[in-house]
Amino acid sequence: MEVGAQREATQPMLVVQEETPPVVGVRAKDTEHETEAAAVELVVTQSEVLAPEGRMDYDKLVDLFGCQRIDAALVHRIARLTSRPPHRFLRRGVFFAHRDFNSVLDLHEAGEKFYLFTGMEPSSEALHLSHLIPFMFTKYLQDAFKVPVVIQLCDDASFLRNNNLTVAECKRLARENAKDIIACGFDIQRTFIFTNISYTRGAFYENILEVAKRVTCEDSIGIIGGSQEDNIGIVGFPPVEAAPSLPSSFPHLFPRNDQPRCLIPCAIYRDPFFRMIRDVAPKIGFQKPSLIESKILPALQGEESSKMSASNPNSAIYVTDSPKQIKTMVNKYAFSGGQSSVELHRKLGANLDVDVPIKYLEFFLEDDDEFEHIKKEYKDGRMLTGEVKQRLIAAISEMVSRHQRARAQVTEEMVDAFMELRPLPNMFG
Amino acid sequence: MGYTKDQLLARLQELKIYFTCYDHPVVLTVEEQAKHVGHLGGALSKNLLLKDKKHRLYVISALAGTKVDMKILSQRLGLGKGGLRMAPEENLLEVLQVPLRCVTPFALINESASAVSLLLDQGFKSKQICYFHPLTNDVTIALSSSNLDKFLISIGKQPAYVDLEAAPAVGKDNPPDLAHLVPSGVPNSSEQPVENASHTNVPHHQNNVPKETEVKAIMTISKVQSKGAETSSKVDKPTTNTSVDKFVNDVFDIISPLLSEELKKLDIKEELSSILDGLRGRADPDLKSIAMTLKNASYTNGFHAGFKTMLHRGLNG
Repeated sequence: MEVGAQREATQPMLVVQEETPPVVGVRAKDTEHETEAAAVELVVTQSEVLAPEGRMDYDKLVDLFGCQRIDAALVHRIARLTSRPPHRFLRRGVFFAHRDFNSVLDLHEAGEKFYLFTGMEPSSEALHLSHLIPFMFTKYLQDAFKVPVVIQLCDDASFLRNNNLTVAECKRLARENAKDIIACGFDIQRTFIFTNISYTRGAFYENILEVAKRVTCEDSIGIIGGSQEDNIGIVGFPPVEAAPSLPSSFPHLFPRNDQPRCLIPCAIYRDPFFRMIRDVAPKIGFQKPSLIESKILPALQGEESSKMSASNPNSAIYVTDSPKQIKTMVNKYAFSGGQSSVELHRKLGANLDVDVPIKYLEFFLEDDDEFEHIKKEYKDGRMLTGEVKQRLIAAISEMVSRHQRARAQVTEEMVDAFMELRPLPNMFG
Repeated sequence: MGYTKDQLLARLQELKIYFTCYDHPVVLTVEEQAKHVGHLGGALSKNLLLKDKKHRLYVISALAGTKVDMKILSQRLGLGKGGLRMAPEENLLEVLQVPLRCVTPFALINESASAVSLLLDQGFKSKQICYFHPLTNDVTIALSSSNLDKFLISIGKQPAYVDLEAAPAVGKDNPPDLAHLVPSGVPNSSEQPVENASHTNVPHHQNNVPKETEVKAIMTISKVQSKGAETSSKVDKPTTNTSVDKFVNDVFDIISPLLSEELKKLDIKEELSSILDGLRGRADPDLKSIAMTLKNASYTNGFHAGFKTMLHRGLNG
């Protein structure tokens, strides 16, 4: 997808994964395709989904893609079914859209099982905060619904995409990233982590073939945002990333007669990709996987693409950063919605729509009352940007140091155990 | 699972219990509820879900104007001075099976709430009409206290009316007057952790006997303990419990009373339970993280030990 990004005129504006794509979709020319894919070409560029001020227009994106929004009633239902308060990401609308999540809840209520599938492409040793978001949420879902998680590390895609990485290096990066994932607090009794290079064989490979047979080259190029010039390895990659949503890919976990449904937490821009497997799965005899989708953490400089390309590209906070580094990054780069002078600020208040620290607090400050209070005070001009940034620095530092502590405890043996093909007897308990 | 509002209302109709029903937008506080039904002349109720140190739950249903002093109530129940606090949200959702901010006596219709004790304000008796939520907070039902009694008796609960504002002295010559309302037997929501090396469930409860015990209270408590031991052997399941959440809750349950005692010595003015809840909220993420790390590390060690054993012995053992 990074390949595609280089072709586009607009710079990738999102700091997220390196493969930040221009948002592309499967061309819905066949009548077989789901009605949710629009009848027109879905290839869009980021400029089309940016609102005038340069912010991401999520409403437009949801309408364009045809997925559903998560409303208060759904959040309430989740809380009721799991007997615990809903995760901050649900309360704040960070995870805000879905496809067929209600079906998963219906199944769960009826005592049926489902499993979670998420993953990442290891491309660098250090993860940044936005990498953590789907993992933090998946961990919550694991604890709340008491279900197993499979985590896919796409070391093969990483190798095929990056000219400067060897296979050995990609495998090594995958293991390093696995440690960060484990540090998010996944339960080894309910979690299976695998890398494509090691796991692609047997039942998993058979599913890859089943999917691959049903996707044309043209569609696959569209999905990855690539072109005829791309190597055939990366063009052939989408089925590999789709196969884990088919439970028979994991014969050591799910017996043949008990094939649970799959729920995939992911960022919203992955929606067009997973639409492919939702289309293909029924043709192979499986239930469509459900999706629960999140907004994207903006770059520190804000969502406006012009800002991003002009300034320092390294404007993300990494999980390896020290409190001092975090402080510097936030103070120096976080785009403020405050006014240019204290007097003006006290008079007019801050523009919360463009203020990045507030956006970050929305993601990372746990206490709802405190968050509401800060928003109000800042908007009315009583709180200054410096104070808001200070609170953000404290919140992020706490989170990052907790992560680092947990990560330091992850041994090579623990990674081996998570990756071992072992049965998980209590995975639904 | 839990009863729905419609199922409850249907049941009330079956039992020929007369009530009036008012729909309104979701309300989360008594003040909000008052905006919608306050003008109709009936008595609003405020409902609290409280929990004691042994995880027993109490619904306190009072007139909105009645002052409820948790410290006094705690003593009158024989739980000592700081024995009661607000129950965590999980208990609402899990045991009472009602949405947040929707505690109501009607939740006791649920099987999961069978061990919950209900204390009703004496004041309800003198009101013609009282208002409660019927399992959701977008509806209020109005009925007389005698009809509420009819409902409670139908689900096997003896209505217990209490003068919630009374503050009798509890001491050597005055046994706690509400001790009979403490639930006996093991509450539904407790699990039986077995594998955890650092502590187990039963000894922890036995350590928690409050200091101010009177003859009657001692008898109640020992009855609870022996009943608890009895029923725990009955509900003991063969599966081991490796829940990190349960472990962290147990750690807090050990520390909270000790901390409470020390804080009391320092004569802290603020409500101890809110200090403790605040601490709990802040320590929770870190405690859960290290507990999960320990669990994963232990599993890893066991896993590799098993693997090596198989290598040495071969599959035939």
